[in-house]
Amino acid sequence: MLEIKNLHARIAEDGTEIIRGLNLTVKAGEVAAIMGPNGSGKSTLSYILSGRSDYEVTEGDILYNGESILELDPSERAAKGIFLAFQYPVEIPGVATMQFLKVALNEQRKFRGEDELSTPDFIRRVKEAAARLQINPDMLKRPLNVGFSGGEKKRAEILQMALLEPKLCILDETDSGLDIDALKIVADGVNALRSPDRAVIVITHYQRLLEYIVPDTVHVLYKGQVIKSGDKSLALDLEANGYADIIDAAA
Amino acid sequence: MNMQTAITMTAAETALVDAYNAEIGELPGEGAVLSARDTLLADLKKQGLPTRRVESWHYTDLRALLRAVPAFDSTAFAEKVDPLVAGSSVLTVLNGKADAKGAPVGVNVRTYRESLLDGVAAADLIERDPEDAIGRINGSFVRDGFEIEVPEGTELEQPMELQLVQSAGQSHSRFPVTFGANTKATVIERHLSVSDAASLVTVVSDLILDDGADITWIILQQQGVSDSHLAQVNFDLGTNAKLRLFVINAGGKLVRQEVHGVTTGEGADFKLRGINLLGGETHTDVTFTLGHDVPNTTSTEVIRNVLFDRAKGVFQGQIRVAPGAQKTDAKMACNTLLLSDDADFSAKPELEIFADDVQCGHGATVIDINPTHLYYLRARGIPENKARAMLVNAFVDEIVEELEDESLIETLEAIIAAWLEKHA
Repeated sequence: MLEIKNLHARIAEDGTEIIRGLNLTVKAGEVAAIMGPNGSGKSTLSYILSGRSDYEVTEGDILYNGESILELDPSERAAKGIFLAFQYPVEIPGVATMQFLKVALNEQRKFRGEDELSTPDFIRRVKEAAARLQINPDMLKRPLNVGFSGGEKKRAEILQMALLEPKLCILDETDSGLDIDALKIVADGVNALRSPDRAVIVITHYQRLLEYIVPDTVHVLYKGQVIKSGDKSLALDLEANGYADIIDAAA
Repeated sequence: MNMQTAITMTAAETALVDAYNAEIGELPGEGAVLSARDTLLADLKKQGLPTRRVESWHYTDLRALLRAVPAFDSTAFAEKVDPLVAGSSVLTVLNGKADAKGAPVGVNVRTYRESLLDGVAAADLIERDPEDAIGRINGSFVRDGFEIEVPEGTELEQPMELQLVQSAGQSHSRFPVTFGANTKATVIERHLSVSDAASLVTVVSDLILDDGADITWIILQQQGVSDSHLAQVNFDLGTNAKLRLFVINAGGKLVRQEVHGVTTGEGADFKLRGINLLGGETHTDVTFTLGHDVPNTTSTEVIRNVLFDRAKGVFQGQIRVAPGAQKTDAKMACNTLLLSDDADFSAKPELEIFADDVQCGHGATVIDINPTHLYYLRARGIPENKARAMLVNAFVDEIVEELEDESLIETLEAIIAAWLEKHA
């Protein structure tokens, strides 16, 4: 589903190279965890996949279902099924949460040539998804993410994901700032979306999240490259021994 | 020998004087009213329209900007439109002619023409200060309007709409309104244009809020692209009186909306919320002065401006705190979204504080669309144009949401969305 080939990318503003020859393949149905020390390029990778213009790809390619997405803008990538759950969801005063959800859902449907959802149908879907994620309906009456707690913001991201039904879900440190109960709710939300035609990339610092969202593959990112890949036991190994041995072995 | 140079009158000044000479026989009122009109017109002739050298008109050089003034047009036709909010009582002023038939039950309304005819109006026809060009023009030409009294304790369930519809020519109206003690009401002062012909519309509203009155006054200005609109609201807030004044400018070629108020009773609270949607080659000025004259009064002012094309906008906000007016709390903000390199906005906040135990603040920002907000919306599948429009809308919608009345909010949101769609 996703094939990243020898990717090099830098910060557009100052030219700092962050991703330095990254290779990664994620198959449909797979849950891939990406781990790595601070500054290894994990969040940058997620932004580049979503099409954020603050980063420039200088070399290599990103293939999604066999096609390069480098020329697609963020909204086209989203409509094609790529979803990034943000580490820091953005507060947008003045944009009502429900209106935002409806516009996003219908714009994606329009892009794919599908009919817009009727308002009752839309509201029913939101209510069901919100209930599963234990989101208080009052939260949805507020402007987008405004005044949400850290945990509420993360749950709201998963709610968006559940409604938009993407094919490639990228979770950027969704566990940060969550207490254990919220973590379980979020993990349940993600697990409910696992399916043979959907891939999930979980970016995290900690093994803890991976106890709830069990990965098929684990990849260690360091200085903009994948330096080691393995199965879920790799995450346990990292938890016990840290990154030093792997980094030394790769050097 | 007198060395004073006679001012050469501009086309607009000449047109105003000519209009006065042509119409004075038709304008209602004799005796004191007529002599008040003559005095105001003599001032207008002597001083001319204000230029940038007049401090309160520095950013709106009316003499340069008001290029032409249409003659009175007695054949112009305009008719009543549906109220902004269904169920409102509607008082119409069609091309300057008022009709008091739609007055809500329990509210005393008579046309201002009657006040002019019986001379009661004479006392109103004065200048606020020597720079009061709007009072001067309006007072010279005022023909109609409404004198409204909302008796003590009256609560209006539905809004009262003052509907001013203009199709051509000139219209000069006045609205002295007294809200008795503990009254509660929403009034919509709505300015519409139903043709492309140029009009000159002036309006002066004098609001008195007695103790405990709780009033929302909404000015929605949607005049035509050739129209000049000169308006003034004056208010006086009694003890614990509350006035929320919304000013929405979404039309006109040359617009000046003045707001002048004083708090004369402790516990009075004033809110000004302004939305200026500016596009094309237009000039729009909101000028505000507020005197906190007694202790323990509060005010907040928030103005949001969106500019496209070659539009020019001005906000002048002056807050005065009188000696002894302790515990005044006043906060003023003017935020501008400039969406064109050729658009221009001037903000001039002024605080004059003569008491030592007060909180007063002001802030002015000029911003562009927040790129992180834009990215977030796009990352959810919303195309850039649509995402941009949502964010511009959000910028002004925060103000509209404060109205609380759902049907009013929805109506105004639709008007704003339509305006933005047309100009973006």
